[in-house]
Amino acid sequence: MPRLSATARHRVAFTLNGRPVSLEAEPRLLATDALRHGLGATGTHVGCEHGVCGACTIQIDGAPARACLTLAVQLEGRDVRTVEGLSPAADRLSVMQAAFRRHHALQCGFCTAGILISLDAFLREQPHPTEDELREVVGGHLCRCTGYTPIIRAALEAAAQLLDAPPLPEPAHV
Amino acid sequence: MKPAAFDYIRAGDLSEALDALARHGSDARIIAGGQSLLPMLNMRLAKPTVLIDVMAIPGLDKVRRAGDAIIVPAGVRQAALMRRPELSAEQPLLAAALPWLGHYQTRARGTVCGSAAHADPSAEIPLCLVALDGEIRLRSRRKSRTVKAGDFFAGMMVTDKADDELIEAVVFPVARPGTGHAFKEVARRHGDFAIVGCAAVVTADAIHLAVAGVADKPERRSFPLLDGSALSDALNAFAWDLDARDDFHATARLRRDLVRSLGRDTIAEALSCRA
Repeated sequence: MPRLSATARHRVAFTLNGRPVSLEAEPRLLATDALRHGLGATGTHVGCEHGVCGACTIQIDGAPARACLTLAVQLEGRDVRTVEGLSPAADRLSVMQAAFRRHHALQCGFCTAGILISLDAFLREQPHPTEDELREVVGGHLCRCTGYTPIIRAALEAAAQLLDAPPLPEPAHV
Repeated sequence: MKPAAFDYIRAGDLSEALDALARHGSDARIIAGGQSLLPMLNMRLAKPTVLIDVMAIPGLDKVRRAGDAIIVPAGVRQAALMRRPELSAEQPLLAAALPWLGHYQTRARGTVCGSAAHADPSAEIPLCLVALDGEIRLRSRRKSRTVKAGDFFAGMMVTDKADDELIEAVVFPVARPGTGHAFKEVARRHGDFAIVGCAAVVTADAIHLAVAGVADKPERRSFPLLDGSALSDALNAFAWDLDARDDFHATARLRRDLVRSLGRDTIAEALSCRA
């Protein structure tokens, strides 16, 4: 039975946006801090740190997760995806990101990474979303700039585009 | 907001988890999905020195059906139960309540048993367990026992679970023919903690209404098939008996009013869908 001592750092290895990564983590280290400080992947933002605001939402094995409600040690062996893994290349936006830009679905951008990650996970489950379903998904995030309406508009448009578009290649960068 | 330090044990089987609980008792907490526990750790409302992760234990992530019982073991995530295709036929109340349980993002991680263990007075899983007269299966090195939901929830985040026990599974009964079910909730934002949640089960000769978010635990009351002012009087008496309190989210008066109005709507819907 693996027992990780509170006072030591332990190697945690997982896949981040398609690449194997590892870091040294105390058991109490949150996944947010592991990503940002341990691995320098600062696209995942830290808001409320108790699961309410949704800014830190990542994907673990394809399912959305609040990184602030996840321990780094729980990522061991998992497939983790963050906002850095959404675009097809460093200089190109994903379909959803481009729709966000067109519809002014972000202003300060603090909440955006988490919302993009949630929508990406949801559209894989449900490629034909209704507006109500998208509202429920975005309801797991707090945005204080947009009033949400442009976010829903962008998500609806991107969902329709993704149905017509061929699947994007797996991203290769972090 | 970072958790205080703890040792982390990844239990490989149930026996290891029970051994660790027996050894560490009240210093230990079980972690499954972590969606209730991590906020408590981050805010340091809980400071266990040992966390025992049960998610690597094989077999705990499968919902089982045994006769008239839907058995939901400790590793079943809320989203997984929600995706069970037969759930709305097996137990319509649960199927109606699950979409209200937290957000899409927290249901993907949080477990059904974890919500029962956390015992928030406004939570949907404890409410459904109480409304349906479900059971909690507890296991420790000493013994296994089964507790009725009405006896398990003891107060605000307090349950009958001993420090060395873990919730092995929660059990929901399969809906009986001729029974109507309905669930309604009022929250500031869909997915946030309920101000008041109501679950109604209507049979051929009785109305059972369970209410969350008012008393310090979900409470159920049974009435004969009343209607009109007799039902209003019964709901009013229930609302006052729940001893509502003012807090940041709502006044006691609003909560009592919601028990009367939302309770009545929930009962009406359960009556209308009685098959």
